[in-house]
Amino acid sequence: MNDLSGKIAPGPFHHVGTRPVRPDGVEKVTGKAVFGPDFSVAGMLYGAILRSPHAHARIRGIDTRKAAALPGVKAVVTGADFPDLESLTVSAGESSGDIIHISRTCMAHEKVLYDGHAVAAVAATSARIAQEALALIAVDYEVLPHVLDPEAAMRDDAPLLHDGIFTKGIEPAPERPSNVPMKVALARGDAAAALAGAAAVAAGRYTTEFVHQGYIEPHVCVASWNADGQAQIWASSQGHFSIRALTASVLGMAQADIRVHPLEIGGGFGGKTGIYLEPVAMLLSRKAGRPVRLAMSRGEVFRATGPAPGAVIELRIGAAADGTLVGAEIDFIYNAGAYPGNTAHSGLICALGHYRLANARITGWEVLTNRPAVKAYRAPGAPQVNFAVESALDDLATQLGIDPIALRLKNAVIPGDAQPTGVPFGQIGYVECLEAARAHPHWSAPLGPNQGRGLAGGLWRSHGGPSTGEVGLAEDGTGLVAAGSPDIGGSRASMAIMAAETLGVPYEQVRVTIADTHSIGYSMVTGGSRTTFATGKAVIEAAEQVIATLRQRAAAMWNVAADTVEWRDGTAIRADGERLSIGQIAAKAAFSGGPIAASVGLNAAGYLPGFAVHICDVEVDPETGHVGVLRYTAVQDVGRAIHPAYVEGQLQGGAAQGIGWALNEAYAYDAQGRMENAGFLDYRMPVASDLPMIDTVMVEVPNPAHPYGVKGVGEAPIVPPLAAVANAVRAATGKRLPDLPLTPDRVHAAVHG
Amino acid sequence: MNKLVIAATVNGDPVEFLTDPGGSLLDALREELLLTGTKEGCGSGDCGACTVILDGEMVCSCLVFAAEAQGRQIATIEGVAEGGRLHPIQRKFLDHAALQCGFCTPGFIVAARSLLDRNPDPSESEVRYWLAGNLCRCTGYDKIVRAVLDAAAELRQERRVEGELAA
Amino acid sequence: MASLAFHAPETIDQAVALLAANPAARPLSGGTDLIVQMRSGRIAPAAVVDLKRIAALTGTRRHGLGFAIGAATPCTALKRDRALAAAWPGVVEAANLIGSVQVRNRATMAGNLCNASPAADSVPALIAAGATCLIAGPQGEREVPVEAIPLAPGRTSLAPGEFVVEIRLPPRGQGGDAYLRSIPRTEMDIAVVGAGANLVLDGEGTCTAARIAVGAVAPTAILVPEAGAALVGTRLDEPALAAMAEAVRAACRPIDDKRGTAEYRTAMAEVLARRVVAIARQRAGENA
Repeated sequence: MNDLSGKIAPGPFHHVGTRPVRPDGVEKVTGKAVFGPDFSVAGMLYGAILRSPHAHARIRGIDTRKAAALPGVKAVVTGADFPDLESLTVSAGESSGDIIHISRTCMAHEKVLYDGHAVAAVAATSARIAQEALALIAVDYEVLPHVLDPEAAMRDDAPLLHDGIFTKGIEPAPERPSNVPMKVALARGDAAAALAGAAAVAAGRYTTEFVHQGYIEPHVCVASWNADGQAQIWASSQGHFSIRALTASVLGMAQADIRVHPLEIGGGFGGKTGIYLEPVAMLLSRKAGRPVRLAMSRGEVFRATGPAPGAVIELRIGAAADGTLVGAEIDFIYNAGAYPGNTAHSGLICALGHYRLANARITGWEVLTNRPAVKAYRAPGAPQVNFAVESALDDLATQLGIDPIALRLKNAVIPGDAQPTGVPFGQIGYVECLEAARAHPHWSAPLGPNQGRGLAGGLWRSHGGPSTGEVGLAEDGTGLVAAGSPDIGGSRASMAIMAAETLGVPYEQVRVTIADTHSIGYSMVTGGSRTTFATGKAVIEAAEQVIATLRQRAAAMWNVAADTVEWRDGTAIRADGERLSIGQIAAKAAFSGGPIAASVGLNAAGYLPGFAVHICDVEVDPETGHVGVLRYTAVQDVGRAIHPAYVEGQLQGGAAQGIGWALNEAYAYDAQGRMENAGFLDYRMPVASDLPMIDTVMVEVPNPAHPYGVKGVGEAPIVPPLAAVANAVRAATGKRLPDLPLTPDRVHAAVHG
Repeated sequence: MNKLVIAATVNGDPVEFLTDPGGSLLDALREELLLTGTKEGCGSGDCGACTVILDGEMVCSCLVFAAEAQGRQIATIEGVAEGGRLHPIQRKFLDHAALQCGFCTPGFIVAARSLLDRNPDPSESEVRYWLAGNLCRCTGYDKIVRAVLDAAAELRQERRVEGELAA
Repeated sequence: MASLAFHAPETIDQAVALLAANPAARPLSGGTDLIVQMRSGRIAPAAVVDLKRIAALTGTRRHGLGFAIGAATPCTALKRDRALAAAWPGVVEAANLIGSVQVRNRATMAGNLCNASPAADSVPALIAAGATCLIAGPQGEREVPVEAIPLAPGRTSLAPGEFVVEIRLPPRGQGGDAYLRSIPRTEMDIAVVGAGANLVLDGEGTCTAARIAVGAVAPTAILVPEAGAALVGTRLDEPALAAMAEAVRAACRPIDDKRGTAEYRTAMAEVLARRVVAIARQRAGENA
C-alpha cells in the first residue's frame, strides 16, 4: 500500500516533536545493554583469524596441522572450506557486490589482496590458545608487487589484482582485464562550450584519502551451527537480515535455516551493513560442534574492514557574471580497494544534484588497489565529489565577487526541477536551508585575526525500501511494536513516538523491540537514511490497522456499525459520546475476534533527498598550521523531526565525522603496502577538545509521502563539512588547499610555501 | 600456564577472580566477573571505552594488568547508579540525548563522575579536556558536554540544599 | 603471554634481584607503554616486575633543595605537590600532556624516559631542567643526567637488571621553565615536536643560564647547548632569540613518518623553541 500522494497527519501532535527518554536508555547508561562483544552462550569457543602480512600475494599453500594439533584447538578453517560459488551480483547492505568477492573478503582463497586479508581461522577453548594456534599456521606466500595509488593502478603495467575484471561502461568492452571495474558517465548539454563562454571558471584537482567510519565497537559475532543444518548467529549489525542473506549465499544455505539475533550495536555508519566474520564463525562452529565467538581487534577493524574510498577529482565549473552556473566538467576516480564496490555511481548522481545546471559532463572511474575493499560510510560516494564542487563554488564566488549563499541560492534546485535521473524533485528544501543559514547569527558574527568562515551545501538521496513493522496489544491494552531495523541512534524512541501518536496513547504505553530474523518479516538495513521513513511507515500502517480492528471490536461490543465509531486519543467513541478505552477493548479481545495485532510489510516509496548547509569558522595558527574549529552550524531539511534531540544528534555526529575527514583522518601505508596507523592513536578522529558546540537548525519541509512528513536525516550531515572546513581555511589563510586532510604540515606549507 | 587468583573490591563488593598473569583488568571484569558494562574499543588506551576508577582515579582498564588489582578498589559503570536510583549524570545523559549507539557511554559516565567528584564547577573547556581521552563517534560530543555541565549544576544545587539543611 | 610471570616486590632490593635473575624481565610502572607494546607483539617479556608496591618509589619528596620523584609516581600526582608544580611548572605540565587523564593517572616520567621514544613529552622538559635519575641495579646505585638514558628509539643505556628508582630535579632557585609540543589535534597525540626551556635571569633581566632541549627531531631528545649559549649574557632580544632558533634548527635531524615530515618538524622546532623561551622568561621574571 504505497500512497505517494498521501496526506500528512495534521498537527498539533502529542508526541511527534517531543523529546522523551528513549526506551532503551536506562539500559545503556547503566551498562546493562548487551552489545555484540557482551554476548556469550554456553560452551562457546573463542575464534581468531590469521591475516596476511602482505599487500598482494598468491597463496601457494597453508599448513594447519600443527595448529589443529594444539591442545584446546577444536577447529581450523581456510578458504578451501568455503563452497565454490558462481558469480552473482547480490544486494549487500546499501549497495551490491559479487557473492564471490563477498566470500573472499571473509576469507581469501587463491590470493591475498591487502595487508590484513583473512587467510585462516581457528576456534579454541580460550582466546589465548586461539592466538597461539595462529602462530602455528604456516602460509606459503608468493609475494607480488602491490599498488596503492589509484592512478598508478589504472596504468597498463600496474600489478593486476583480478584476472576476471573487465571495465564495464566502456564501448567496446576491453579485451584485457584491468584494475578498473567500472566507468560511469553523465552528460547533458554542451559543457565544453558553456565553459568556454563562461564569465568565470573555477578549476582544480582535489584529492581525499581513505577514511574509516570509526565506530567504537569492533566487529564481533557468535555463531552456532548445528548438525541438522540449522544455525543461530548473534551479532551487532546494521542489518541482521543482510547477515542472514549474505551468510546463506556464501555458505549455500537456506535462509530459514539461519536465525540472526540483533544485539545492540556500537556504531556502524554504513560499515556494518555486510559480513566479515559470520561465515567464518559458522564454519568453525560446524567443525567444532560448538558455538564460536569471533571478534576483531581495533587493528583488524582498520586493516580489514571497509573504509570510504579515496578520490582524485578534477573539475572545471563556470558561471555567468550574475552567478548563474552555466557548465561543469568533472572527472573523478574513486579508489575502491580490493574488490568492486559500485562506488562511482553515487558520485555521479550527487556531484551536482543540488544545482540547476544545463550543461554538465561528469565521468567517474572505480579503481581497485591493494587496500581493504571499501564499504558505505554515511552518504557513500557523495562527500568526496561534494568537497571538490563546493570548494570550486567558493572560488567562483570569490572571482565574481558574489556572496557564497547568494551564489548557491541563485542555482539551488527547487521542487519540480529535474534530478539527474530525469525525475522531478518533490518537496525538497535546499533553498529553505540556504535562507536559514543566511539568517543565522553565525553567518554574520564578526571574525578576528587568522580566522575564516566557510560554507558549503550538499545533498544525499536517502532511501525507502522494504521494511516490516508490527504492532500488537497486550491484554491490558499497552502496545508492543516490533521492528526489524536495528537501533543505532534512537530509532526505538522514534518508532514509539510514531506508534503512540497514531494510536493516541501515552508514549510510555508503547514499547519497542527489535525482533530477530525468525520473529519478524524482512527489513532492509538500518542505513541509507531510511529507517524513520520506511520502517516508520510500516509501523504507522500497522498501528492504523490496529485502530481499524479496535473500532470494529468496539462496534461489535456496542452492536453498532463500525463506520459510526470514531477513534481519538486512544479511545473508541460512539456517535452518542459513549466511550471504550483501548484497555477495555483489549481485555475482551480473545472473545471479540482474537488477539489484536497487525503486521505490515511494505516497500516504502516517496522518499526525498536531504539537503544540508553547513557554516564553519576556523582559526589558523600561521606559525604552526594548526586549524582550530571555533564555531559550527549545521542546517538541514529534516522533513519533520520525530524526536528532535536524536535528529540534532545525527546532524552533529555527521558534522563531527566530516570535520575529522577534513582535518586529520587518513590511512597511511608503508613501502610494503602495510597500514601504518591501524589504531586510534595515529588514525586521528576528533576528540572532545577538538570541537566546539555544534549548533543545529532543523528546517522542516514535510515529505507528503510520509504520514508525519519524515525525510531521511542520517547521512546528509557528512556531505558539506569537508568543503565547509576547507573554505574556512581558505578564508583564514588566503590559500586554497585542495588535498585532504588539512593537516598542520600541509596548511603550514601552503601558508609559507 | 598458571592462573593467578586476585582478590579485590569491585563496586564495594569483595570479589575473587582468576586471571592469566598477562591478562588485563578489562578482560577480568568482562569475562570473569561478567561486568560487561565496561567496553573494549581499542585495547591500547586511546579511546576510553574501558574507563574504570582504580583506587579513586580513573584509568583505562585495558592498560592495567588484572594482577595489579590485587587488594585494590575498583568502581565500574555498574556501580554508578545506587540500586535502582540513577546518578544525576546518568539522568542528564538520558535527558540530553547524550548517547546514540551507547557504546562509549559507560566510559564517559565514569569519566564524567570522576571529574565532578573533583571539580564541581568545571567550565566547558575543562569538561572537554578532561574527556579528551574518551572517543565518541556518534554525537560530536555536544550533548555529552551539555549533559555533564547540567549534571554539575544539579549536583552543586544538591550540595547547597544539603548544606542548608545541615546548617 | 601464557608463560608471563608477574611479580610485585615490596623493596628495591627484591626488584633488583628479580630483574637481575631474568634478562627477559621488564619493570612495570604505569604500564601505559609496556602493556601497549606487549599487546601489539612488539615485546614479549618473560616476566613483569611491578614497582608500584615499593613505598620508596611512590610519591614526591624534597631532595636537599630539589625534588625527588619516585619511579612509580603517576604524572597526575605531580600536580598535587604544590611546591614541585610551582618550582618546575614546565616539567609538571610536560608530564601532564602525555595521553589522556586516564593514561596520566598511571603513566610515570620514569617510564616515559625509559621507553626511549624520541617524542616522549616529559623528556625535553627534564633535560632542560637538568634532571638526573637514580638507577638501582646488581652493581649498586648510580646517578646520571636523564639525557644519558635514551640511546636510540626504544633503547636505553641501562645495563641488564637496572631500573630507574627516582628522578631528581635540582633546586629551582631563580629562573623558570616551560615545555610545549606540536600535535595535529588538541590532545591525545604523540608529539610531532616538543621543546623545553629552562632559563635563569638576573635582577636586570640578563640571562645567566639557559638550557634548551628538543624532542622528536633526532633519534633521542637532545639538549642543544648552542641554543642555550646563544641566550646567555643577553637580554633575550630578537638577535639572541634568532641565534637561539637557528641553533635549534641546525641541531635537528628529524625523519618523515606518519606523524610529520622532517621539514615540518624542523620548522616547528624553531617556532616552539621561541615560544617556550618566552614562557620560561616570563616565569623567570616572576621568580626573580
